[in-house]
Parts: sequence; C-alpha cells; structure tokens
Amino acid sequence: MNDNQTTAAPVEGSALVPASGDGQVLPASLAAGPDTFENPGLPPHVHRAADIDPAAAKRAERQVATMFAISMLGALAFVVAYFAIRDEATFFLPGVGKASTQNVVLGLSLGVSILFIGLGAVHWAKTLMSDEEVVEERHVQASSPESRADAVAVVSDGVDSTGLTRRPLLKYSLGGALGLFALPLGLQVVGSLGPVTVGELKETLWDPENNNGQPIRLMRDPEMTPIKLEEVTNGSVFHVMPETLQHSIDERKHVLEGKAKAAVILIRLNPDDIKVQKARDWGVDGVVAYSKICTHVGCAVGLYEQQTHHLLCPCHQSTFDLTEDCKVIFGPAKRPLPQLKITVDDEGYLVAPEGFAEAVGPSFWERKR
Amino acid sequence: MNALAARRRHPAAIALLILVGLLITGGAYSFIAPKDANASAAAPTASVEEGKTLFLGNCASCHGTNAQGTASGPSLVGVGAAAVDFQVGTGRMPMAQPAVQAPRNAVKFDEDEIASLAAYVASLGPGPGVPDEEYTTPLEAGTEENNHAIAEGGEIFRVNCAMCHNFAGAGGALTRGKYAPGLEGVDPKHIYEAMVTGPQSMPVFSDTNLDPEAKQKVISYLKAQEDATNVGGMTLGNLGPVSEGLFAWVFMLGILIGAAVWLGKKAA
Repeated sequence: MNDNQTTAAPVEGSALVPASGDGQVLPASLAAGPDTFENPGLPPHVHRAADIDPAAAKRAERQVATMFAISMLGALAFVVAYFAIRDEATFFLPGVGKASTQNVVLGLSLGVSILFIGLGAVHWAKTLMSDEEVVEERHVQASSPESRADAVAVVSDGVDSTGLTRRPLLKYSLGGALGLFALPLGLQVVGSLGPVTVGELKETLWDPENNNGQPIRLMRDPEMTPIKLEEVTNGSVFHVMPETLQHSIDERKHVLEGKAKAAVILIRLNPDDIKVQKARDWGVDGVVAYSKICTHVGCAVGLYEQQTHHLLCPCHQSTFDLTEDCKVIFGPAKRPLPQLKITVDDEGYLVAPEGFAEAVGPSFWERKR
Repeated sequence: MNALAARRRHPAAIALLILVGLLITGGAYSFIAPKDANASAAAPTASVEEGKTLFLGNCASCHGTNAQGTASGPSLVGVGAAAVDFQVGTGRMPMAQPAVQAPRNAVKFDEDEIASLAAYVASLGPGPGVPDEEYTTPLEAGTEENNHAIAEGGEIFRVNCAMCHNFAGAGGALTRGKYAPGLEGVDPKHIYEAMVTGPQSMPVFSDTNLDPEAKQKVISYLKAQEDATNVGGMTLGNLGPVSEGLFAWVFMLGILIGAAVWLGKKAA
C-alpha cells in the first residue's frame, strides 16, 4: 500500500542496510545490484483446448479444412467469372457507383482465395501445431583458435605467392589502375547532374526571336485561336499559349516543354482597379497578361477569383493580388508573377511584342534574386 | 438476456455497438431529412410585373429597391436573366445570411416565379439570357462525332475549369473559406449559365472566349463522366492523396494492427 509497509516486510533472507543519508533502508538484494536476482524462468505452460480435448482438435482440423475449401471455391469462382462475365458488364456498387462487374468479381474471388489460404494456415499453426515454449541458447560466436590461425596462414601464403612485398612496381601500378578506374564511374554521375549553362531557363516561346522578331499573338489554349481585344469581356479569364507553340504542335516536338514555361493567364480588370502604373502600361484597357507558372516551385497558378482579383496556386496556396501587379499576399512564393507586356496589332488581335522581361517560374541559383 | 450480458466484454462488442449506433442515426436522418420538391414540367410563364413584386419582397433588402446594389449586395443591372435563373434556380439566392459564399440550397421559388424574377432583372439592362436548349442538351456518347466532341470538351475542361473544380469535377477549396463547388448532378442549364455569368468567385467564360458549342462540349464531357464506368474502384471523393491517405492510414493500418493482434494471441 505505502512505502512503510514495503520496507517493513523485507524479502526473506535479506538483511536491511542503510542506503543513503536520509535514513531510508533498502533490502540487501536491491542494494547489491541486479546480479543477485534469480531468473524467474518461464511461466507454466498452459495447454490449449485442442491439446487436451480430441474433440476440440477434430473441430479445429475441420475449421482449417473449411478455410482451405473456401479458398478453393474462390479460385474456382475466379475461373468461372473469367469466362462467364462479359468485359463491358457493369452493376451499381454502393460507394463505387457504376462498377465493372468483371473487375469486382475477379478481384473479390482472387482475394478470397489467397486470404483463406493465409487464414487457414495461421489457424492451423495456432490451434494444432506444437506451441511448447523452447529455449535455444546462443552459441559462441568466435571460431576456434585453430581455424583462426589456419585462416591467417592462408592469407599470408597468398600474399607471399603474389610477390607484392618483393615487387613494388606491380603494387604501385595495380594501385594506379584501380584508382583511375573509379574516375569514369564518378565522372558520369557528376557529369549528369545538369547543364552548366542556364540560358534555357530564361527563354520562353514568347521571345520575339522565335517569330523572326515579330510580335507574337496570344492564342486560346487548347483551341489555338487568336484573341481580339474586345473578346476579352469584363471578369473573363483566358488561358493563353503563344502563337509560336503551333510550330511545336505541328512538328510534335517539345510541346510540353514549351507549354511548361509559356503558360499565360489573360484577365480583364476595371483599369481603375489596377493600382500599379507599370501593370496598367503593360496591359491594354485593363486587359493584363501574367505568367501562370508559380514563382515558388512552378505549379500552374490558375485559380482566379473574380470578386477579390486573387490568383491562387493550388499546390501551396501562394496567393497573388492582380490589382497590385501580382504581388504575393499569402503563401511561400517570394516574387510576384512576371507580367507579359501586350499590345494590339493592326488586325485587332492581342500580341506580345517583347516576351517576358525576367525568367518565369521558380528561382534558380544563377537568377541573381 | 444472460447470454448477452455474459458477452458484453467481448472484444467485438464495442465495434458492434458503434455500428448499430451509426446505422440507427443514419437511418433516422434519411427518414426525417427534407425531401426535394418536385418541379412541374409545364413551361414557365414570365411576367415582369410579378417579378418586380417578388423582387421587392425577397431580394430588395440586399440588392436595393431598384436592384441598384447596396453595401450588402451587388447591383443586378445588366447581369441578365441567366444570372437570376442560376442563382435562384440552384437555391443560392435568396441567401439565408451574409456569408463568404452562397451555397447550393433548396430552391425557394417555382419555375414561374424564377422566370418572372429573371424577366424583371433582364428588363433592367442587357445581359446574358437563359441559354437555348440546343446548347444545354448533353451530347450522347456513342457516335464517333459525339465521342470526339466529348473528348474535346474534356480538354477544354482541363485547361479552363479543372484548376478550381478538380479534374473529376469534384470541386475544391479557394482562399478564405470560399470554394469551387462540385459539378456532379448539376443541371446542364445551370452549368452553362455559370460559365456565361461568372457567379460569385468564378470568372466569366463569355461566348467570345468559349463559344456555345464549346460550352456544350464541356457539359457533355461532365455528363459523360457521371455515366462512365468506374473501373478504379472507390473514388473516395476523387480528392486525391488527402482522402486516399486518410483511408489507408485509418482502415489499412487498422486491419494490419488487427491481424498482428490475432497472430500474436494464443489460441484458446
């Protein structure tokens, strides 16, 4: 119940000795350390029902056999279903909706088949196989002194017969060959870490040199049709690709690489809502275009909220304020989205005359800021 | 009763009790939950006069007596009949209370009343009208032409809509409590009207951006998705790693722990 009682009834055969200055006393067995504990040994073995009652053993045997039989039925059901159910057959399964009958039946029957093999095996082991506790002592890990001496003799004999100790030329040339062999292995790993030049990261399909220096039209993605200024109505969002992407599409080459850097979002705001003069100047009548690639880790920032003029990145919730030149107002992004300068060409279509003024997308080592 | 009392400490008793409790609450809810009202099939008749009366009684406290807008509600001049048909027809308006977003709700007016309200708001200034049925009827998958159009609709959906509404149209979160609603089971007419009018946080996809045929393709794609066979098993809301991870942690780990306990337990 409490400390007094414990100390008042010491273990038989132990003497009480003073422990420390505070007058407490401990049994001698505790004071002397754990060595003096006696190994309590294993608890007495408890027999299972199947060990002592033949009827219970028979019942367990039947249970295991039943599980194996269910497994067999599952396997047979699989074979039957494989041939009997048409590929296109469907049925309504709660939680799934319209499900493919063959998928569900094949999966279930195969699952039942293997599950009941396992359940049967475990039940067999637990009820019928021996469960007597056995103690196996560890053997000594070291080999005998004779075999250790033999091993040393074999190695030193081998070294003597190669003559390495007597012929230093062989020793050093072998060392050089093995050492140099590591170089090609290391070189290909280091050499494949990436291009040393980063010019590609600063280029996009919006650069005028991709169009012989001519301004590049803004095209609807995925239709690739040009956009007239008056088609961009108030509150509209256009997802835009450069006219120059069409070359890649026609040649079926580097389409995704091109898209990955060139994606642009085009939005019309009330010009009075835009608070930054540069953002107004780079747009036309409140129509502004910004890179859609997040400056954090490069997800597509496409979630535009018409009322708040916020652009939200779905990956890490970086939020950009369109009215403040896409300044970051929330989240892990550190830089505003780069704006694409747009004007209108002779035919009234929106064009980008200069490309992006800075590298789009996430920061990289050589970006300077 | 004695047999029951003797087994009350059985390991499965708690699980069984919880299951029974869940079934009873679930069953009771479905029994007392409000049922959807049946909409009449007759063509609605609209009257601007009646619409104005309805407007003054139900909408004017927020939108102003002349629909000019107040601090608590935007102006409705020029939003068009499509906006009214969408907002009132999906039960978003009238709103029960000011909130960051008006959720889809039980529809409070019948078709005639919605048409009258729409006619009144349309009379205030030009705006998009209720769409023609020609473009709100989903194309049936089957013919090569329609299958092609549905696939195109999928591409348009993924570029223009999927970032907010999720690749499967399951909806998703926006900033500060706003969200893009799920699109399953939404009337094609309302999907079309939402694209034309840009309700709440949604931007406008006017006919000069996505022409009516493109809108029809998007609608057809969404409806084809609803009818599609789900070969991947349980969708878990099509929410991706969040719901799938939660399922794996809770149920898969639960099964593994149960199996480990069973394996380690001595047979009786």
